[in-house]
Amino acid sequence: MRVISEISRWAIPTLLLVIPILAYWRKVPVYESFVTGAEDGFKTGVRILPFLIGMLVSIRVFVDSGALELLARLIQPLLSRFGLSQDLAALIPLAVMRPLSGSGALGVATQLIQQYGPDSLVGRLASTLQGSTDTTFFVLTVYFGSVGIRKYRYALKLGLLADLVGLIASFWVVLKTFY
Amino acid sequence: MVNLVWLLMLATGIGVAAATGRIETVTAAAMQAAELGVEVALELIGVMSLWLGLMHLAEEAGFVRGLARLFGPAIRLLFPSLKPDSPALGAIILNLSANVLGLGNAATPFGLKAMQELQKENSDPEVASPAMCTFLALNTSCITLIPATIIGVRMKAHSANPTEIIGTTIVATGCAMSAAIIADFLIRSGRKP
Repeated sequence: MRVISEISRWAIPTLLLVIPILAYWRKVPVYESFVTGAEDGFKTGVRILPFLIGMLVSIRVFVDSGALELLARLIQPLLSRFGLSQDLAALIPLAVMRPLSGSGALGVATQLIQQYGPDSLVGRLASTLQGSTDTTFFVLTVYFGSVGIRKYRYALKLGLLADLVGLIASFWVVLKTFY
Repeated sequence: MVNLVWLLMLATGIGVAAATGRIETVTAAAMQAAELGVEVALELIGVMSLWLGLMHLAEEAGFVRGLARLFGPAIRLLFPSLKPDSPALGAIILNLSANVLGLGNAATPFGLKAMQELQKENSDPEVASPAMCTFLALNTSCITLIPATIIGVRMKAHSANPTEIIGTTIVATGCAMSAAIIADFLIRSGRKP
């Protein structure tokens, strides 16, 4: 585990060093080449701006108004019928938030980890969930939006299916590993 | 479907706020979110320029092609509709590598670049191609070896072992990714008898 977190610390500095040096060695005009590539960054950023704003406004209204909480409270009794404890129900807002908003989900996960403790069942589940599913809805709208795709076909269903499998697998593997 | 989800989130949000007598939260939320969108996009322009610059360097030095040659055969099994020398392959591989390493801010530029390349090979520019659906499914379910952000949160909360969730995250993402690959394969073979 230590090795893995060391890789994470060194990854970017290594890339920033190795790529330019090897490119220079291959006679690429490194600075000019970098700048040419970087030009695209601005264009792409501007192109995705409307999609970001559209999505963020809708998500934020949904969350801040209390609608997300209400939805979580509606799902809760449904899950307790399947024998889920009260503690686990605390994870529902996170599970609903995760596909919508990365920063929002991180906020919910951080709060859960602080409230229940990082080494509790809820803390471990929240950590695993946060690390293992993605902001599918958000990624799809921004990625498709950036190239002008309007019909997503089955992409959203596929992404949400993967999220659901990730959610179930998180519960299963955390219970199996730690309890 | 996206249109419906978008509308539903907005409408139920406003409905709930109205019913609970806190309609002003909608105004604040909408304005703040719009500003946040600009902030996020501006930040993204910075990191995106950095990574796309580096990627261009790597391309000109021939690394991206090397990577594509190394991992291409495996990746192409998942993207049968792409040309063998498609420039999208390099960007797809870079995006997936960044995801695996938990480098979120590098994954987005490579991912958007991959979408641009995929769009060039798309027959209908308004409709998602099968390769795009596969790519996004992989991208959002990708195995994560290093969930760096959440490890940081656990450290701050004084976890006895902040990295203990690396193993569980790998297993959970592994399951999600396998499910995405299998489901994508089934959908594609179902649509093209």
